[in-house]
Amino acid sequence: MTTTSAPPSPPRPKRRPGDRVFAGSATGAGILILLVLAGVAVFLIFSEALPAITADSADLPDGKSLASYVGPLVFGTLVAAVIALLVATPLAVAIALYITHYAPRRLASGMGYVIDLLAAIPSVVYGFWGIATLAPAMVPFYVWAAEHLGWIPFFAGPPSTTGKTMLSVGLVLAVMILPIISAISREVFGQAPALHREAALALGATRWEMIRMAVLPYGKSGVIGGAMLGLGRALGETLAVAIVLSASGGVTFNLISSSNPSTIAANIALQFPESSGLAINTLIASGLALFVITLAVNMFARWIVTRRAEFSGAN
Amino acid sequence: MSTETPLAPAASPGATSAGPVRTQRRLPRFAATALFVAGVVVGALLAALTTGRLNIALTVIYGVILGTLAVYLVSRSVEGRRKATDRLVTTVVTSAFAIAMVPLVSLLYTVLDNGLNRFDSQFFNSSMLGVVGEGGGAYHAILGTVIITALTTLISVPIGLLAAIYLVEYGTGRLKKVLTFFVDVMTGIPSIVAGLFAFALFALFFGPGVRLGAMGAVALAVLMIPVVVRSAEEVLKLVPNELREASYALGVPKWRTILKVVIPTSIAGLGTGVTLAIARVIGETAPLLVTTGFVNGTNLNPFDGRMTALPVFSYYQLTQPGVPPEFGIERAWTAALVLIMLVMALNVVARLISRLFAPKTGR
Repeated sequence: MTTTSAPPSPPRPKRRPGDRVFAGSATGAGILILLVLAGVAVFLIFSEALPAITADSADLPDGKSLASYVGPLVFGTLVAAVIALLVATPLAVAIALYITHYAPRRLASGMGYVIDLLAAIPSVVYGFWGIATLAPAMVPFYVWAAEHLGWIPFFAGPPSTTGKTMLSVGLVLAVMILPIISAISREVFGQAPALHREAALALGATRWEMIRMAVLPYGKSGVIGGAMLGLGRALGETLAVAIVLSASGGVTFNLISSSNPSTIAANIALQFPESSGLAINTLIASGLALFVITLAVNMFARWIVTRRAEFSGAN
Repeated sequence: MSTETPLAPAASPGATSAGPVRTQRRLPRFAATALFVAGVVVGALLAALTTGRLNIALTVIYGVILGTLAVYLVSRSVEGRRKATDRLVTTVVTSAFAIAMVPLVSLLYTVLDNGLNRFDSQFFNSSMLGVVGEGGGAYHAILGTVIITALTTLISVPIGLLAAIYLVEYGTGRLKKVLTFFVDVMTGIPSIVAGLFAFALFALFFGPGVRLGAMGAVALAVLMIPVVVRSAEEVLKLVPNELREASYALGVPKWRTILKVVIPTSIAGLGTGVTLAIARVIGETAPLLVTTGFVNGTNLNPFDGRMTALPVFSYYQLTQPGVPPEFGIERAWTAALVLIMLVMALNVVARLISRLFAPKTGR
């Protein structure tokens, strides 16, 4: 082909100044968000956390090394979040199944709305409820558990008399992440292909067999992703833990005694207002550890969820 | 058709009822519910007998176990294994739903019960300046929350909306992918880490002792931007491409198309998304704890000195109520109640927006 006979390439769209400004500011906003996220990491590492990492361990609070300061906090954070996850996930799946497949149609959307509302309740209020209602209500159970289940390390006792224990914290966190997990599970269960469900029912499956064959396999990775998001929320939860937990440091699997390891976020909230100098750097270094943990959990969750989106053919 | 001929495909219809189709024996309609209730009653009796008094927790535990067992066993003997499993799961799912509702209802009840004591005009009209013991209110904290949240919205909405527009209208290639991924990741940043970030940023310029309302707004913006981007992106994607193409065909430049066609079409969804994002950050406590500090008087200038927000006020009134403690605790509960009401109101507003401003045509 010669250049003369070639159809002129589609005329370049005229770039008006308005277009340029608009496209530029939209792109700029996107880049700004990335910068902010990078800034979170950079500021936390270099300007604040680094002094604590490089400092002599004798200068740190308690005169211990940074690892032995942060270690028990990481442990406490993980224990509380895992309890929350173990309690909340089955209940959340049950709620989601109930709303999508068992509840009367007319009530179902209202129930979904109520659950969404509960996801919006501020965490400090959950903390209030935990300390005022849940913790005292759990005391009889702790006494009973220490007496009868004391051979399990989790219930070794002596039981707390205030109920401000790791198990109470885990339960409060479970109540908090319940709406989050169930909202996502509800969404994926509701998207299970109607054809599959109807085919299962037409073959004579009972409702449970239909759910097991058509709904659960379809929604499995959605539930896992939702649970991971809930885990991320539970790991980073601050005030509810700070209010409910009676923390005294130290690594222990005993869930019902009054001496518990604190969590990273709660420790920061409790110590930060009264700290200065290197103590603040240490707290921020622990915050960095929390950031890394939640980042890993969230990336994993997103990876699972998007993997499902690619394979499900739902789009 | 199979090769083996059925024995009597056209047997006389009146012969017997024992045809090839075996009729299932089924429980009557309300039998399952009745059996479950009976199980719960027995459970309550058992709990009362073993402990000597009415014990709600044990009643629930025994009742659910016994009720489920009763339903399963009777159904198994009458209807067979598969149907019984189905009934078992129905019972378990329904009980789990009911049990999960208990803490949520209990939470609302506790807050209402404790919060209504001080839900009076003094609470909304006075600050804590010079208040020891009785009286005092959250005037300064409510204003602080309003100012900080407004500032947060002012920062987050333009950035969030523009980024969403970039993702939907302009974005291509790697930057779009990276941005989508990291916005997702950002939604999961722990709120306290956002607070630490704002602290680190401001400490760089103003020294480590700085506490400002604006600092809190920056911290909250880190939490709010990804929520705005997410919801706005979803909404903008819903605008049909035909509208954009029609606009281009008329020679309208892209930026005017976005401003005059895409955004007006999706304004209801955008409004809802922004309102829900505000509802999400208005109750955040942890980032404000490390950035705005706490003060008893009223400070209306977010760029000068400490500022109290409602959640922080509530937290400190509960944990450091002063002497005697009961008045501070009462104020804390009322503040929590006000906070919940704010969040609920924002949710209702979001619903109204999506209903009132929804495009008239379509669907």
